[in-house]
Amino acid sequence: MVPGGSGVEEPTAAAAGLDAESAQWLRLLAGTGPGRESALERLHAMLVRIARREVARRGPRLRVTGPELEDLAYQAAADALIAITGKLGQFRGESRFTTWAYKFVIFEVSAKIGRHFWRHPAVPLDAEDWDRLPDRFGFDPAHQAEWRDLLGALHRAVDDKLTARQRAVFIAIVLNGVPLDTLVIELASNRNAIYKTLFDARRKLRAALAANGYLPGDCLRSS
Amino acid sequence: MNGWSELDEFLRTDPRDVGCAQAMEMMHIYADLVAAGAPVQERYPGFAAHLRSCGPCAEDFDGLLAALRDEAN
Repeated sequence: MVPGGSGVEEPTAAAAGLDAESAQWLRLLAGTGPGRESALERLHAMLVRIARREVARRGPRLRVTGPELEDLAYQAAADALIAITGKLGQFRGESRFTTWAYKFVIFEVSAKIGRHFWRHPAVPLDAEDWDRLPDRFGFDPAHQAEWRDLLGALHRAVDDKLTARQRAVFIAIVLNGVPLDTLVIELASNRNAIYKTLFDARRKLRAALAANGYLPGDCLRSS
Repeated sequence: MNGWSELDEFLRTDPRDVGCAQAMEMMHIYADLVAAGAPVQERYPGFAAHLRSCGPCAEDFDGLLAALRDEAN
């Protein structure tokens, strides 16, 4: 990686030359008067539609329903509109304007769902119940004799090999099932930093388990 | 997938993984390319590697693609 590293992977989409529809959006939103007001109204309606569809798509996996979900969608659309209008100058025409705009509302939906779980956690964020681990990875209780040593070694590696921060992130996300975006709020961090912490923890833990013969040696995935 | 392979898969890290910051920054570009049928996994292995390991970014990407497909229909 590495997350946040210098290996920038830039797509080669044409940065120059906006498509006509994107150019019109930019012209209207950067303008003034009734044209801008009308464009803002139209964009807001599109964002609300996308947000409602997105919360409905994610809804079955969430413990949020009905009016609360609807409210979340409207808040996401409103905040996305503010973000989009504030960042118009950052749109470089590497995608259609609407795709760029939709990204903001999708991110807002994620952030608001993360915040919802932060306010209403299913388990205390600092709980530490190692009995959840077998179920987390689908180990069959009937074959406990086969995996007990592996999970014992994993527990020891979590305690011995990880930094306090890596351990806390691993426990929250892996053991407690805390959504990463919720942990971002809890730790006043950002998604990339939490992911990088977990990435480093995963790498250390796998190396420890492989060194002790519990897992095969590392090799780069080809797919 | 049994527990051993699921744990192994979870712990494996790919050095090509671009991380959340770059994935989120470029997601709209990749989404347009995927929606247009471009072979994004082969051309951008670091982005693909990230989506395989990062649930939140994969979820966002799926949502963005769903929005584009919904719009196209």
